[in-house]
Amino acid sequence: MTLALATDAPPFDLPGVDGRSHSLDDYADKPALAVVWSCNHCPYVQAWEGRMIGLQRELGDRGFQLVAISSNDAENYPEDSFDAMQERAEQQGFNFDYLYDEDQSVLSAYGAERTPEVFLFDQDRRLRYHGAIDDSREEEGVTQEYLRNAVLALLKGDEPPVSETPAVGCTVKRKP
Amino acid sequence: MDIEFLFWHGCPSHPEARELLDDVLAERGLDVDVTVREVHTQDEAEELGFPGSPTILVDGRDVDPEGATARPALNCRIYRKPDGGPSPVPTRDQLEAALT
Repeated sequence: MTLALATDAPPFDLPGVDGRSHSLDDYADKPALAVVWSCNHCPYVQAWEGRMIGLQRELGDRGFQLVAISSNDAENYPEDSFDAMQERAEQQGFNFDYLYDEDQSVLSAYGAERTPEVFLFDQDRRLRYHGAIDDSREEEGVTQEYLRNAVLALLKGDEPPVSETPAVGCTVKRKP
Repeated sequence: MDIEFLFWHGCPSHPEARELLDDVLAERGLDVDVTVREVHTQDEAEELGFPGSPTILVDGRDVDPEGATARPALNCRIYRKPDGGPSPVPTRDQLEAALT
């Protein structure tokens, strides 16, 4: 079941492509934390990666942190192995943490179904926005920047203008 | 002309790709029956050499021969736009070229 709005962020402690472990508590000082289900092989993720990097670059100094998590079954989808994640992060110049949920326990706690799928938490780590990054896979077609607008609202202490949208993308590849 | 449209329901791009295909066919005045086949399992994907959803074959030839060599899998297929960017659907140019 997908995490409901206003729910507390389930904890995690996962290996990152930088060779370190990253837990939810590591981001305690961030007033806005976006946990984004992601992976390597999905064309929808690839289409949005540049905007994920852009958001972190634009809003990181103001206290926003994006964390991408891949839970995909790497046995059946070897393009999503941890080694491949490390390669992609370096190749694309990720400026956010990219974590590997190998046993899919964090996936179960959040209930993500798609990649990319955003869970945005406020300073108290309550879920304030869930869904898509914006309203168009093609960057030139974007008319609603859901995640950016929600982050800006949280940073100002306001309610996100939109709190839930359907995530559009590949299915998360669960283990059989 | 024989057109096969193969898809896997787990990827949301097949309606958009089918619409694009129908649009290109209509634009060219081609009244062709499209054989639609849903791929359900990994075994089926391997048997068909299905490199991802959607896959479109014109007279048995993939509209994106380069992408056709990818490992058979139940996933969203990656096509490349002219600028090299990723897309889950083929470009109009790819379809037009395949139908020529």
